Amino acid sequence: MSRTLSAPVTVSFDYTRSVGPVLGRFLTGLRDGRFVGARLGDGRVVVPPPEFDPVTHRATTDFVDVAETGTVTSWTWVSEPVADQPFDRPFAFALITLDGADAPLLHAVDVASPDEISTGMRVRARWAAERTGAITDLVFEPESPEVPRLGAGAPRTSTIGTDPVTGIVTPVSLDYTYAASPEESAFFRGLAEGRIVAQRCPACRKVYVPPRPACPVDGVPTVEEIELSDAGTVTTFCIVNVPFLGQRITPPYVSAYILLDGADIALQHLILDIPVEEVRMGLRVKAVWKPREEWGTTIENISHFAPTGEPDADFATYAHHL
Amino acid sequence: MGKTPAAVVGVGQTHHRAKREDVSMAGLCREAMDRALEDAGMTLDEIDAIVVGKAPDLFEGVMMPELYLAEALGAVGKPLLRVHTAGSVGGSTAIVAASLVQAGVHRKVLTVAFEKQSESNAMWALSVPVPFVMPVHAGAGGYFAPHVRSYIRRSGAPTHIGAIVAAKDRTNALKNPYAHLHNEGTTVESVLASQMLWDPIRYDETCPSSDGACALVIASEDVATASPNPAWIHGTVMRSEPTTAAERDQVNPQAGRDAAAALWKQAGIASPIDEIDAAEIYVPFSWFEPMWLENLGFAAEGEGWRLTEAGETAMTGRIPVNCSGGVLSSNPIGASGMLRFGEAALQVRGAAGEHQVDGARKALGHAYGGGSQFFAMWVVGADKPSN
Amino acid sequence: MRDVAVVGFAQRQMQDYDGSPTCAELLVPIFAECYEQTGWTKKDVGFWCSGSSDYLAGRSFSFVSAIDAIGVLPPVNESHVEMDGAWALYEAWLKIQTGEVDTALVFGFGKASAGVLRRTLSLQLDPYTLTPLWPDTVSIAALQARLGIDAGLWDEAAMAEVVNRSLSDAEKNEYAVRAGGSSVEDLLARPMFADPLRKHDAAPVTDGAAAIVLAAGDRAREVRERPAWITGLAHVTDGLHLGTRDLTRSESARRAGAAAGLDGVEIAELHAPFSHQEIVLRRELGLADDVRINPSGGPLSGNPMFTGGAIRIGEAARRIWDGTAGKALGHATSGPALQQNLVCVMEGTI
Repeated sequence: MSRTLSAPVTVSFDYTRSVGPVLGRFLTGLRDGRFVGARLGDGRVVVPPPEFDPVTHRATTDFVDVAETGTVTSWTWVSEPVADQPFDRPFAFALITLDGADAPLLHAVDVASPDEISTGMRVRARWAAERTGAITDLVFEPESPEVPRLGAGAPRTSTIGTDPVTGIVTPVSLDYTYAASPEESAFFRGLAEGRIVAQRCPACRKVYVPPRPACPVDGVPTVEEIELSDAGTVTTFCIVNVPFLGQRITPPYVSAYILLDGADIALQHLILDIPVEEVRMGLRVKAVWKPREEWGTTIENISHFAPTGEPDADFATYAHHL
Repeated sequence: MGKTPAAVVGVGQTHHRAKREDVSMAGLCREAMDRALEDAGMTLDEIDAIVVGKAPDLFEGVMMPELYLAEALGAVGKPLLRVHTAGSVGGSTAIVAASLVQAGVHRKVLTVAFEKQSESNAMWALSVPVPFVMPVHAGAGGYFAPHVRSYIRRSGAPTHIGAIVAAKDRTNALKNPYAHLHNEGTTVESVLASQMLWDPIRYDETCPSSDGACALVIASEDVATASPNPAWIHGTVMRSEPTTAAERDQVNPQAGRDAAAALWKQAGIASPIDEIDAAEIYVPFSWFEPMWLENLGFAAEGEGWRLTEAGETAMTGRIPVNCSGGVLSSNPIGASGMLRFGEAALQVRGAAGEHQVDGARKALGHAYGGGSQFFAMWVVGADKPSN
Repeated sequence: MRDVAVVGFAQRQMQDYDGSPTCAELLVPIFAECYEQTGWTKKDVGFWCSGSSDYLAGRSFSFVSAIDAIGVLPPVNESHVEMDGAWALYEAWLKIQTGEVDTALVFGFGKASAGVLRRTLSLQLDPYTLTPLWPDTVSIAALQARLGIDAGLWDEAAMAEVVNRSLSDAEKNEYAVRAGGSSVEDLLARPMFADPLRKHDAAPVTDGAAAIVLAAGDRAREVRERPAWITGLAHVTDGLHLGTRDLTRSESARRAGAAAGLDGVEIAELHAPFSHQEIVLRRELGLADDVRINPSGGPLSGNPMFTGGAIRIGEAARRIWDGTAGKALGHATSGPALQQNLVCVMEGTI
């Protein structure tokens, strides 16, 4: 058995980026099938245009169109592409200096093998049929003299919209393997057996649930294992009335700190089986477990906590846990 | 060995809005920076070093955005630092920038803090699911609401105190052209009538989600002396404690108390309420005003709400708190702490405009973050510190 | 300026760390080692500063629970940079220079293996015109490597020599995750990964953490007979824009080196995550042929993200402590293609 429990997590969001006037020009150009660069204070023409001039620090204002053809100034072969790259098969990334520009941009080149690309090679943009005004509206391909493509720019007919581009949506999705610390893993494994496992700090002797990889007071792992009862006292709580992105419980519900009997720190969980307006500090509660066949290594084995019917705990018994 | 004197000689901020769709991240930062530089009468070329502050990178979906921003921020060829201490980051970033001058390393440092929250959703970014545990508390409001309840229970404060704070800060914000919320006619009654979100916190008692930035120019003694109205730094402090610990006081955290005690000592302040003329305190949920008044030592434990109730934290009170409208009126998270520090500087420079406290000589800037566990504070004054 | 020295250093490097991304349990024994080296307890530490990344951990505020490893009640004077621990060291050095504290413990940590590192690092690029293409960090380094090859500044054999020397030296480093020299011929016979880079030209994906202890004046002398006195500390950034920057150079490294003062350096620990970048750095820092580079094996033998730079400083300091060198250099880099560079020069006598 591994020392720690682990599970996959995906962190994913479609970011909505407002691009401002300079990048807006560039991206609008891409949508329209052309490259807009900027002439900088030192005279160089650069694509994409920097938002602020690196020399004068002023906002970029002098825009110049450059060609859709250019020269490879450096390249590499992506033998094992990662997710969301322009191709899901091996391809080349290259620095490409477009004709009319003085500095290269980075983009992908569609060639079948590293033998088909070299420094100094001529390439041209291959535009997507549907373009939104994003750097992903194109890739580059070898400029093939056998297949001359007349005229500058891409067909303008297939673009989406004619207004200037003011924003882009950038999906960012990252896959991680999350691991719990060894101490927390012991807690989650205990839950899978219907036990609430706590540990005592060897220095301050406080009982932590869940156990901790480092006692936050003493900086040493909690060790001595203690099994706690699943009953305790509500120290404080809030009634959640607000829906939010990613929420898994329908409001209104009570999120509470529950000081399990024998623990020195409260645990957060839900209080149900009681009208929300009747939940109070000092309320005595007990875990309501899900059916055993639904158990896993998770706190969700406990569906929620519910009142025991005992008299409320005295404020003095939990006042120092607020 | 003492610190080399340093002062704020330029303050700039953006117009804070829910969505600043007219600018990119670089444009947002430069709007604040250019105002700070203009205020300081300096150009970007004169700046020796740049210090950037921002809360979690997941908000904008850019890892260490200062790297890609380096050119737009004029940092190329200079030292560039990026601070991240959760919600207190705007304050701690200003402190790091100040230390560059106080250490005698640089003479002119520019610091900028920003958040462009409209690029994503803060609630999402703060609630990325963690395996094996259950998301029960629903964002920052859900996190802090139980502790507000604890405060009310411990102090015996009347339940409308939070509404007094919200009505005051929203009204103050009407005098601040940069504030995100300009809600005319906010009253205690209207706040109490707003939706209960995270009981006991109502909608009007919560901060907005803003796009915004703040920038400061911090300069050495020789530069500051030549400035018409420097805000001299009298003390800076940072303290941290754990998010959760056995029997940890989450209402009146020790890190805040320790930080305040160290700060008042550094600044030579014996009675904060008598000697501080204006305070910009990080109050993202209205109830944190009385809680922090106690934590900072402006009131005894359990008594902070009495100052609020008596109107002593209003602009005309004994200790005006958040004359700018505070975090309750503008909350670009990473910049919110620096806005507190910057607004404190504006007060002692006599440059706060309509929300100026007459004759302010010493002011507090305060920020906190995480689970009320990271604290950053400074005291600035119109006079050069004698200590 | 106050005299400040590196007086403690502890590290862990591993391929797949079997623990949480916040690394608290990894930091506990590292701090214990620092206390053992210095004879201190946490109360002797005036300031704490760490470097780490939320995107490495895959969650916001990932540094928050790491401080539990300190034991932070009573509260501590503490800060965090979203940068390599080397820049945390810079912030701590500043704090000592202000006179506010006399001692500091800085640390870095990261579990790069939790995600796909080379892809995650695409998020460091321009979010509007680069990240949507997901140019991975190895590809960008490869573009840089080819520019230098095409310009005649280095060749694949020179890169292989760097690798061979690093992996040979790494045999003596108990923390190395990749070790074992062979020969330039053997290395060149291995397949390309990101032409012109082979897998061994890139630092291995490494998990780990490290801590460095700083102390001023007599506090340093109390700890060690021969503290590693910091006689030069500087950092500079370049712009990220890959087109307008000469990628065969590192202007920021050159500037930082010039500001720190590198004359007489005998040993240099260079944070070059790719073999050709060592060649770039050597040139920019003006290191003579007799300067011993990366005796630890360097980043090609192990490079925990957000710690790799701090480890270079720690490794260089060890060579001062044990008398191997009179003057040593620890270097840290950050950002794509050597964008940002920090130089820390240490000497045995001042």
